Amino acid sequence: MLSAYDPSGYFDEMSPQTGSFRKPYETFAQRFQQITRDDFDDRRRAVDTAFLRQGITFNVYGDSAGTEKIFPFDLMPRIISAKEWEYLERGLIQRITALNLFLHDIYHEQRILKDGVVPSYFVLSAKHFRREFVNFSVPKDIYIHICGSDLIRGGDGQWMVLEDNGRCPSGVSYVLENRRAMKRTFPAMFESVGVRPVDQYPQELLKMLQHIAPGGVADPTVVLLTPGAYNSAYFEHTYLAREMGIEIVEGRDLVVRNARVYMRTTKGLQPVHVIYRRVDDDFIDPTVFRRDSMLGVPGLVHAYRSGNVSLANSIGTGIADDKVMYYFVPKMIKYYLDQDPIIPNVPTYLASEEADRKYMLENLDKLVVKAANESGGYGMLMGPMASKAEREGFRGAIEKDPRNYIGQPMINLSTHPTHVGGGHFEPRHIDFRPYILYGEKTVIIPGGLTRVALTKGSLVVNSSQGGGSKDTWVLYGDE
Amino acid sequence: MLSRVANSLYWMSRYIERADNTSRIVDVNLQLLLDHRNMNSQQFSEHWLPIIEATGDSAAFWKLKDVATAETVTDYLVFEPKNTNSLVSSISQARENARMVRDQLTVDIWEELNRLYLYLHSQKAREDWETSPFDFLHQVKASSLTLQGLTDATIPHNEGWLFLQAGKFLERGDMTSRILDVRHGTLPERGVPATVSQVDALAWASVLHSCSAWDAYKSIHGAEVHPRLVAEFLLLSDNFPRSVKFCVERLNRSLRRISGVSDGRFCNDSEKLAGRLVAQLQFGTIDEVFQLLGLHQYIDALQIQLIDIGNALFNAYIFQPFQNLEAEILVQQEEQQQQGLQRSPAA
Repeated sequence: MLSAYDPSGYFDEMSPQTGSFRKPYETFAQRFQQITRDDFDDRRRAVDTAFLRQGITFNVYGDSAGTEKIFPFDLMPRIISAKEWEYLERGLIQRITALNLFLHDIYHEQRILKDGVVPSYFVLSAKHFRREFVNFSVPKDIYIHICGSDLIRGGDGQWMVLEDNGRCPSGVSYVLENRRAMKRTFPAMFESVGVRPVDQYPQELLKMLQHIAPGGVADPTVVLLTPGAYNSAYFEHTYLAREMGIEIVEGRDLVVRNARVYMRTTKGLQPVHVIYRRVDDDFIDPTVFRRDSMLGVPGLVHAYRSGNVSLANSIGTGIADDKVMYYFVPKMIKYYLDQDPIIPNVPTYLASEEADRKYMLENLDKLVVKAANESGGYGMLMGPMASKAEREGFRGAIEKDPRNYIGQPMINLSTHPTHVGGGHFEPRHIDFRPYILYGEKTVIIPGGLTRVALTKGSLVVNSSQGGGSKDTWVLYGDE
Repeated sequence: MLSRVANSLYWMSRYIERADNTSRIVDVNLQLLLDHRNMNSQQFSEHWLPIIEATGDSAAFWKLKDVATAETVTDYLVFEPKNTNSLVSSISQARENARMVRDQLTVDIWEELNRLYLYLHSQKAREDWETSPFDFLHQVKASSLTLQGLTDATIPHNEGWLFLQAGKFLERGDMTSRILDVRHGTLPERGVPATVSQVDALAWASVLHSCSAWDAYKSIHGAEVHPRLVAEFLLLSDNFPRSVKFCVERLNRSLRRISGVSDGRFCNDSEKLAGRLVAQLQFGTIDEVFQLLGLHQYIDALQIQLIDIGNALFNAYIFQPFQNLEAEILVQQEEQQQQGLQRSPAA
């Protein structure tokens, strides 16, 4: 099925040209050739049915019928060699270390601002900078416990970081479920190809959460705080809670008394020590942040500040997701660690800088423009594909509020063979999100979420906009 | 266990049981009508309206449908999304509750319930219903029994399971009483009818069928169907698992196992009320039921008692004080301010 695969003109993960395979894919391709198209199609259908039956779905916002969709899953795995993974691991550990040092710094001494490496203005004007937490010491001095940095590969195959997700990165449940589906579908393949396992993630996550428990608690109670069953990632929340064997709670299940957090149970109030919260800062406590939030727990921040409960991730990490801060991450790495970044950023222009803005406005038809605090593919202009009206809309927005826009050259994401029906494969653009746990030590599960733009030629991989996913195989070897 | 989780388990269980009973009622009455080819529309209405009454209220029905025929009534009971008690609505709500507590259920239970839900919303379900309503309903019943079996066989019989039991038996007892009430139109206000016409006998037999009680009844009373015997069996049988007495006993037992309080004592109203109802069913006689209040009145009172037990259970385990967000915000502000004062006595 793969011998006739015609790679795009872009960097293709599997085949430099028709009929040849990169090293990590060789054993897989050999084995895969033995499967017939019909057989492949049968297995694919079985997987789709299984996902729907198991309810591995996400909710579509704004759809009153309560539609749940399965996150389309492509059976052709993305394969990463041991050596390449070792490189990514080093780069990601470097990056999260620098980000945590940065967050500590801006909430304490603010050395990086005083030394003029990052202009104060950018930090102090950031939407997610939490003034209330200046000089507050978070448990174990960890800000971002769970990070999902999005990586891409450009035309020359060079890895780059596209953005950091230091608030509540989602998607890890798909990594685990995709792997399960692949094991059921191609059981024989795993041993012969030599794929590293990913299913230790929930244990690692729990270990990290227990690590940050308030001092003096021998057997901490850890819970997962979800916005509720209507959140698009609810499946993931229940999945992780179940895998870790902890309670999944909603805001209304928790109550704060004497600056301690309790959950309401059939046997009365029971203490809670660590909260893995999947609720954003803004909604977490109506007495401190958004007063209209029905998702939060009144008094939670007070309990947190009193040191009686720990949160992961900490409050105030959203600033690391600010796309303007992203621009400065390489400088942070240099400043705090005195190292050069191992994985580079995508070249970025800041609209608030005179020269950059001028360049951006003159080249709107060539650039990707992003709002500093949006995600999920929203608030973004794909210059070359956009209509004139859309470009003009962004021109106005940039001129009005330059602080909140950045520009990047259009990167032609690498492509990967992807099933398009009837056992045929075509190149589709992909990206990659690994999951990093920063606890007693930093752990990255060997694997991650490879997202794929299923529409031909499209560069948008977000699930809300027609993206799908692939299993990601990190190999024990094959260079 | 979290109060919210207990609540979801309880309601999931109730809704599954409700769907199961609805499918039995529809099934039996469709079959019954096969025996009466020449009914006019008046007779149709007379047949179906009490059934609608039993499963909800008829005003809601008339808002949605113009006539009461087998088609409109069964559509209302099976598919109608605006009828919160319809079979499809019940399963949707059961699933919605299950979704909130997925971590408490086994994969098997979730998948079976999700499968049933997806099936009921599929084109295939409509087609199956058109070709053979009996096969369709059989599938629903089979699925509900699978779910009950999985519940008993695959999850630990811990507190969560007891809330599932409580929900199931409360709902089942309630549904049995409703089904028994369907043919009260054939009875005098008090007492029992002297003779039972053949048509009425068939109608009372269908009551037994709706509770899957036909075989069990026959083994005791033979083929003679008399409302007094039917009511005695469905209300007071010791060992028939759908009789009201059996259900209330199980409910009572579940409640006591949740709290750990022994029989003869109680620690909350749900236990007191359940215990009292058990005694009433234990020591009451069927003649009393018919003579003192009449069956219909008796069942009315019974249903209120069941509702009271449900409410008391909610108050004991699930109702959460401080639910009012605004009030809770004030409590927090007060608490934090007082602590601020304590910390700085100089102020």
